[in-house]
Amino acid sequence: MTAPRTLYDKIWDDHVAHQAEDGTCLLYIDRHLVHEVTSPQAFEGLRMTGRTVRAPEKTIAVPDHNVPTTAGRDVHIDNEESRIQVDALDKNARDFKINYYPVSDIRQGIVHIVGPEQGWTLPGMTVVCGDSHTATHGAFGALAHGIGTSEVEHVLATQTLIQKKSKNMKVEITGSLRPGVTAKDITLSVIGAIGTAGGTGYVIEYCGQAIRELSMEGRMTVCNMAIEGGARAGLIAPDETTFAYVMGRPHAPKAAQWEAALAYWKTLYTDEGAHFDKVITLKGEDIAPVVTWGTSPEDVLPITGTVPAATDFTGGKVEAAQRSLDYMGLTPGQKLTDIKIDTVFIGSCTNGRIEDLRAAAAILKGKKVAPGMRAMVVPGSGLVRAQAEEEGLAQIFIDAGFEWRLAGCSMCLAMNPDQLSPGERCAATSNRNFEGRQGRGGRTHLLSPAMAAAAAVTGHLTDVREMMAETV
Amino acid sequence: MDKFTKITGVAAPMPLVNIDTDMIIPKQFLKTIKRSGLGKNLFDEMRFTQDGQEIPEFVLNQPAYRNAEIIVAGDNFGCGSSREHAPWALLDFGIRCVISTSFADIFYNNCFKNGILPIVMPPEVVEVLMEDSRKGANARITVDLENQTVTTSDGQSFPFEVDSFRKHCLLNGLDDIGLTLEKAASIDGFEKTAATLRPWV
Ligand code: SF4
Repeated sequence: MTAPRTLYDKIWDDHVAHQAEDGTCLLYIDRHLVHEVTSPQAFEGLRMTGRTVRAPEKTIAVPDHNVPTTAGRDVHIDNEESRIQVDALDKNARDFKINYYPVSDIRQGIVHIVGPEQGWTLPGMTVVCGDSHTATHGAFGALAHGIGTSEVEHVLATQTLIQKKSKNMKVEITGSLRPGVTAKDITLSVIGAIGTAGGTGYVIEYCGQAIRELSMEGRMTVCNMAIEGGARAGLIAPDETTFAYVMGRPHAPKAAQWEAALAYWKTLYTDEGAHFDKVITLKGEDIAPVVTWGTSPEDVLPITGTVPAATDFTGGKVEAAQRSLDYMGLTPGQKLTDIKIDTVFIGSCTNGRIEDLRAAAAILKGKKVAPGMRAMVVPGSGLVRAQAEEEGLAQIFIDAGFEWRLAGCSMCLAMNPDQLSPGERCAATSNRNFEGRQGRGGRTHLLSPAMAAAAAVTGHLTDVREMMAETV
Repeated sequence: MDKFTKITGVAAPMPLVNIDTDMIIPKQFLKTIKRSGLGKNLFDEMRFTQDGQEIPEFVLNQPAYRNAEIIVAGDNFGCGSSREHAPWALLDFGIRCVISTSFADIFYNNCFKNGILPIVMPPEVVEVLMEDSRKGANARITVDLENQTVTTSDGQSFPFEVDSFRKHCLLNGLDDIGLTLEKAASIDGFEKTAATLRPWV
């Protein structure tokens, strides 16, 4: 009998193409997602060495990071450098004959939203992309992680990666979430608990009742931020929720292949008694709607809390906390709900899916954003956008005073024209609150879509549960 | 890729924890399709004011550290995005080695692909190296990859761990892709087996 294995162990074992004596492996890659910012140098490398793309049919390209999210972008992109990158992707996709969704295609969107939506991402696969939030795809029980540009070139040329196995970490969320608490609050709370380096060297498997009760959208939100906890990847074992989501997607298996795939997918779970090197348990009931106060995703507090002082911390974190407080322009002891907001950004690969837009629209229905508020919704893909329009969500956002944009990364990293100015303060559903992330000098508070919508209405960080009570 | 065998150079102290990739190279400089030329924008928002003036307090702007080849940093250096522009910018500036208690995973990998050696040391050793690096330009630290040691300006020597495969590649300046392509038969074999086991992939 073989020893009990974790989900990670199983996927790993099924993808080792070669193992050297020192344990270095060539891991076979089933899906390689490519975008315009981290790939040009990799394709250039192929051309310079006369190499080719080994498996173009397993490679999928989509521009997302620096495309404008306003009309007309399929005709012309003003920013010259962005245009050169998008044109380069266009040329590389065509020259190397890889699957491609240009901005003119309704299926275009953020790479981590497009992959699952089109059925490219399936349980048990290995998925990589030159982007750290590739962890998103782990929601399907796929081993998915970000890689650098040299590795992008390596995968293009060989369809493998040189890897050593990570350790196993289990994050269990027991019980159910309380009303007003979402997948975003789970994932931020986990990072708050383990710190941004807490998962370094590990692959995290998220499990427990609260995880099982999440939709695929919610599971993607949770896995998406595994990287902010330092982990190489985040995983959730596939179940009926997963299979129902995958079924019928354009690139999902059909008919007899579907049955064969399903039989295999049902073997993808952690065996009873399998070893985890680290275990973290949070109670679902204890998780509150949270926000970040600082410039690291680990700077997480329940919305009912107050801004900490640097002296509340120890070691190197004291200086970092002081730097955060100065940068964020916050005073220790200040109530989080007293922090005024001038910009709201709903979108990104963390929270740019249909369920996220529904949650925000539910709060916004019949309300208006606070005076002077700049509020923007950037759907994660053209298809999410179309669906939101069909469901009447777009109209709710527009009536409330939000801008209704085209799909892309947008203000998540502000490489396109959507940026904060120095001192501007944004409630954002994205995943990074680093200094300058959303524009030089811009200040970012991370939170869930419902919390972002609530802040848009009141003009300050707000406990969405109070607003929910109001609407009942 | 440039070989890395042994360097003796000035080390810049950066005790801040969680120095992220947006600090190392802000995203406005990622709009390039080249690997080179990023050194001038290394740590851009910490190094320069909005109108491009040098911020004198920033360590790499101080005369002693302008030619630093080593950075001694606080915990969790390189966290954040997968951008290989971060090691490209470090390398272009002239940094060949970063020493910290911990690194973010992708950044750590990316360093090796570009001839930069990231070294993980226990907190008490990083503390000693940080102190040594504060002495300025005359206090040069020696990093010897062959023997896996870091030696301070006053001769204290500390061993470090490094993966044997990565060490081999760095010492010889080897190209990963070339090495992997030598194993093409294994990859072909894997693809054949996988096609029968998981034909839907
Ligand atoms: S939405 Fe943000 S985090 Fe996600 S891929 Fe785009 S830039 Fe990266």
